[in-house]
Amino acid sequence: MSSRLARLAVIATAAGAFSGLFGVGGGTIIVPLLILWLGYEEREATGTSLAAIVGIAALGAAAHGAYGNVHVEKALLIALPGAAGVVAGTALQQRIPERAVSGVFSVVLVASAVALVL
Amino acid sequence: MEAAELAGLIGVGLAAGLAGGLIGVGGGVLFVPGLVLFLSLGQLDAQATSLLAVVLVGAVGAWRQAGYGNLRLRDGIVIGVLSPLGVLAGTATANVVSERSLALSFAAVQLIFAYRLARRAIEDKGKADAPSGVANG
Repeated sequence: MSSRLARLAVIATAAGAFSGLFGVGGGTIIVPLLILWLGYEEREATGTSLAAIVGIAALGAAAHGAYGNVHVEKALLIALPGAAGVVAGTALQQRIPERAVSGVFSVVLVASAVALVL
Repeated sequence: MEAAELAGLIGVGLAAGLAGGLIGVGGGVLFVPGLVLFLSLGQLDAQATSLLAVVLVGAVGAWRQAGYGNLRLRDGIVIGVLSPLGVLAGTATANVVSERSLALSFAAVQLIFAYRLARRAIEDKGKADAPSGVANG
C-alpha cells in the first residue's frame, strides 16, 4: 500500500469514527487532514470532502433506513434548500482568497471542540 | 405545515448548504436541530434523516466543485469507501474507552487543527490571494 493510500485510509477511519460516534459528518476531520497532511489547497480539500461525505452519509442513511428511521420526504424538504445553499456557498468560495477558507475553518473547529466538551 | 415552519426549514436548509459549500462539510450539524424543531422528529430519526439530506447536499456541492476544477474524485471515493472501517473502529473503541474521553480527544485534535489552519491563514496570506483558477493555474 502506498503511503498516500495509507494516509487516505487513516483519514477515512478517523472521519468514520468521528461520524459514527458523534452523529455528525466527518467533514471537520477530512478537510484539515487533506490540507495539513496531504498538501491539498483549501478549495480542493473542501470539494473532495463533499464527495467523500456522500459515501459516508449514504452508508449511514442505508443502515438507518433498514431500521425505518429515515423519513425521505422530510429529508427532501430540508435538502432542497440545502442544495440551493451549497450552490451559493461553493460559488461564494471561488470569490474569496483560498487562505480565508482556512481562517473560517479554524473558527468552526474551535466551536466544534467547545460543543464536544460541553 | 405552518408557514412559519416552512420558512424555518428553508432558512436552516439554506444556511446549512451555504456553510457546507463554503467549508466542505455536509451541514448535518444544522440539519439535525432543524428537523427536530420544524418537523417534530425525535433525535435518532432526525440524525438518520439528516444523513440522507447530507447525501444530496454533498452530491450537489461536489458536482459544483468539480465544475470549478476543485474535486479529486478518486481520493474522495477512497475516503468514502474506507470510512466504514472507522465506524467499526470507533464502535470498538467506545466499548473500551469512555465516550467522554473520546469527546475530549477529538476536541483536542480539533483545537490543534484550528491552531495550524489559523497560522496557515495568517502566514501564507500572500501566497494564495488570487481567485480560483488563477492561483492554481
